[in-house]
Amino acid sequence: MQKLFQAIRQSQIWRSIFRHGYPDTPRNRTLAVLSNTFLHLHPVKVRRSGIRLSYTWCMGGLTFFLFLIETITGLLLMFYYHPTADKAYEDIWALREHVPLGIMREMHRWAAHLMVITVWLHMYRVFLTGSYKPPREFNWNVGVILLVLTLLLSFTGYLLPWDQLAVWAITVGSNMARATPFLGHEGPGASLLSFGGLNLVHAGDDARFGLLAGRFVGEGALLRFYVLHCVGLPLAAAFLMAIHFWRVRKDGGISGPL
Amino acid sequence: MGELLKNAIDWAFQPTLYFAGTVGALFAVLFWRKLFSKTVVITVFFAVGTVFMLWAPSDPDFKKIITKPDNIPIVILIASVVFFTWLALRQAVDNDRAIAKGEPTLEAGLGKKKVFTWPDLVYVEFICLILFTAFLIVWSLKVQAPIEEPAATARTPNPSKAPWYFLGLQEMLVYFDPWIAGVVLPGFIIVGLMAIPYLDTNPKGNGYYTFNERPFAFSFFTAGFLLFWVSFVILGTFLRGPNWSFFGPFEYWDLHKLEPLVNVDLSTYFWNMLGQPKPLDPLVREAPGIVALLGFFLVLPPLLGKTVLKGMVKSMGVVRFNVFMHLMLWFALLPIKMILRWTINLKYIVGIPEWFFNV
Repeated sequence: MQKLFQAIRQSQIWRSIFRHGYPDTPRNRTLAVLSNTFLHLHPVKVRRSGIRLSYTWCMGGLTFFLFLIETITGLLLMFYYHPTADKAYEDIWALREHVPLGIMREMHRWAAHLMVITVWLHMYRVFLTGSYKPPREFNWNVGVILLVLTLLLSFTGYLLPWDQLAVWAITVGSNMARATPFLGHEGPGASLLSFGGLNLVHAGDDARFGLLAGRFVGEGALLRFYVLHCVGLPLAAAFLMAIHFWRVRKDGGISGPL
Repeated sequence: MGELLKNAIDWAFQPTLYFAGTVGALFAVLFWRKLFSKTVVITVFFAVGTVFMLWAPSDPDFKKIITKPDNIPIVILIASVVFFTWLALRQAVDNDRAIAKGEPTLEAGLGKKKVFTWPDLVYVEFICLILFTAFLIVWSLKVQAPIEEPAATARTPNPSKAPWYFLGLQEMLVYFDPWIAGVVLPGFIIVGLMAIPYLDTNPKGNGYYTFNERPFAFSFFTAGFLLFWVSFVILGTFLRGPNWSFFGPFEYWDLHKLEPLVNVDLSTYFWNMLGQPKPLDPLVREAPGIVALLGFFLVLPPLLGKTVLKGMVKSMGVVRFNVFMHLMLWFALLPIKMILRWTINLKYIVGIPEWFFNV
């Protein structure tokens, strides 16, 4: 057995993948982090104070992890889902009825709820440790946008099962856009924007219409939310996450006393 | 005995008492933080919570709202927010004690020491990840994701609720029109959060838990997050039923429960007091409210800056101070409106429905 492992570890294939020995020496531990695409998000050495669970609560890491779970389960769900008004509900129903032990939708939904909670708690922790203070001001801002993106991801996903809960929750949520100052047809100032007695802002072209691609939550809204949920928002979030993690390192690693 | 307790809880959770109670509770926790950060406090909280959660579902109305699959995260939210607030407070109290004695904080004591990412950090992450995955799988196997009847735009469910994380905004709709509750205030929340690092000029408390070195920042953020966001989510999830009426946790969600709406505009009060009919021109009619708002937003900041908050202007600079004051005043508008609603049934400070301009 020992010999077998030895042989594998010394084969050209193994050594082409892992360019270091077993990480039990300082040199190999350094290489383990440096030569790994994913681990090299981390510095080689970290502050002892910064990695205590009672300090970080691990909430940022869990949020990222939940994002990965959402990506994987979401991808699998996409195989079985058509974003059309006559198919969407049936597809979700079929997932429940025809897949034995199928928990992908469950995992996707519960992880989504949890991700909102972890992202709030992460922000809470970062505030309470004063970790937004110089030099981390900018990264706090990236974090705020990521928080908004998380909520939008969850909000767009809420519509996709196309049941009563989904449609009416999105109706309640998107009705707010109707009241946007100047841009919503029931918002203050909208009536000022008229041209020769003709209202420029009305139910057919205001902010809500742009959000829903229609005057109510219908087929157009479903497609729009689907595309945003599966492609647009995750891409934006991934892009900002890259910046967020990079800046954690560049701004001095996990925060600690200066 | 059980019924009496249920009725008492229902009574204690009515919006006015609920809000006053949460404010009082947070104030007490922060003021007596040395006492509340003891281990016994959190143990008692979770023990009482567990007993309550074992006993309360015997009530059918309570069981109905608590066992809704989508409400489980709110229970997790309550537990985790309480726990982590306690944890942060505890470390802050410990650190403040150390600072007062001239000793290094827990973080500073360990600060100089650096350890290898592999294995020290990678293992923590890995263990967190495995435990969390196991938890998620168990949860997913136990509780099926709900699916309701197919979408029907003709049948409006009552109550129609936004997704739970936006229920804070929906709760604000009780006090404000959608353009404020749904657009302006959320916008200011985002802008305000982003402005925090540029407005907080206090160099202390960077990278460790502390209360005494930043008492205002600590209390203000916990108040904003816990009282005006998390507690509103809880209120909106468990205590708001059909027609967005209030229901106690043990109350039956009666579709026909009516709460009389007798709210009155500020202008009505004003012209009634003068004994005159309301003028037709909306600007004249609403003049008292407009004057009040202009005074609030334009006169108050320089007035405070010249008097009580002189030191703040000096340390922050004029620009920072004004941005800060305006964000604060927008934020303050919410509790002010809530209290005016509860005390004098005020509907709008400025009510110009002709232009959809109601504050």
